[in-house]
Amino acid sequence: MDDRFLLGGVEFSSRLILGTGGASSLHSLEQALVAGGTELVTVALRRIDPNTPAGLMDVLERCGVRVLPNTAGCFTAADAVRTAHLAREAFETDWVKLEVIGDDRTLLPDAVELLRAAERLVGDGFTVLPYTTDDPVLARRLADLGCAAVMPAGAPIGSGLGISNSHHIELIREAVSCPVILDAGIGTASDAARAMELGCDAVLLASAVTRAQDPAAMAAAMRHAVLGGRLAAKAGRIPVRRYALASTSAEGLPSW
Amino acid sequence: MITVVVNDVPRPTDDTETVAELLSNLPVPPRGVAVAVNGEVVRRADWPQHRLVDGDRVEVLTAVQGG
Repeated sequence: MDDRFLLGGVEFSSRLILGTGGASSLHSLEQALVAGGTELVTVALRRIDPNTPAGLMDVLERCGVRVLPNTAGCFTAADAVRTAHLAREAFETDWVKLEVIGDDRTLLPDAVELLRAAERLVGDGFTVLPYTTDDPVLARRLADLGCAAVMPAGAPIGSGLGISNSHHIELIREAVSCPVILDAGIGTASDAARAMELGCDAVLLASAVTRAQDPAAMAAAMRHAVLGGRLAAKAGRIPVRRYALASTSAEGLPSW
Repeated sequence: MITVVVNDVPRPTDDTETVAELLSNLPVPPRGVAVAVNGEVVRRADWPQHRLVDGDRVEVLTAVQGG
């Protein structure tokens, strides 16, 4: 099936975007990236530290993936905008996964600061991919600002709770014409498939793979789940019924 | 003698140096590095010319796993 995914003017054949956070080693990360077949991968920026293992950029280059810097850890629009500009210098890309966190415990976005930062960064020429709540109105406001996609959380980052409000994800799909990427909360393959069935264009996940007991195996599971969910979403599922509808005809039943 | 503060650590040097010179003396990876001085991003193209002065606060950042 030729079902390419257009994001920020770039065509991707994979609809699985992987975060690199949480991997126990660069080797395990590389195996997961290969098994997941991903083409777009998030990274963060932090102070140089002689104890940080070098080679992350080499791994990403070997895997042939595009780098998507994030603004993780930013709590204000000003911090997020500055981090995005630093990332543009570091990675020579104007793409940014915009995260403006409102709360340490849930790591959910701060809607007000997020909108401010998105507006600034779109104005500065960035391709802005905002991590947002599952609020359809906020998603529409972000899309109206010119964001290249909206990325609603299924559940808090790293929680593995899946998609806590499926209906809102469907409403977001209806509310915007840009790509919708389910970001955060995915725990296992069925969550990723569900996101695609709800109409999402792609899935972004990290912990579900990097913190799984076998990250490469889970990455492969996610690749298949995203493909399966996408195919199902396009295939036109049967309506849900309250009672059975026989699949075998009663015609020609013998009478005893 | 001047002192610039790099990632919160004071770093005395004999003379002023440029951002590029500072980086050449730090354990920075070849790619994925960004610099801000006093909260302002210094573009990569300006690293060889941007001269650090006494009291400058420098942030040197690099790629880490995340997101």
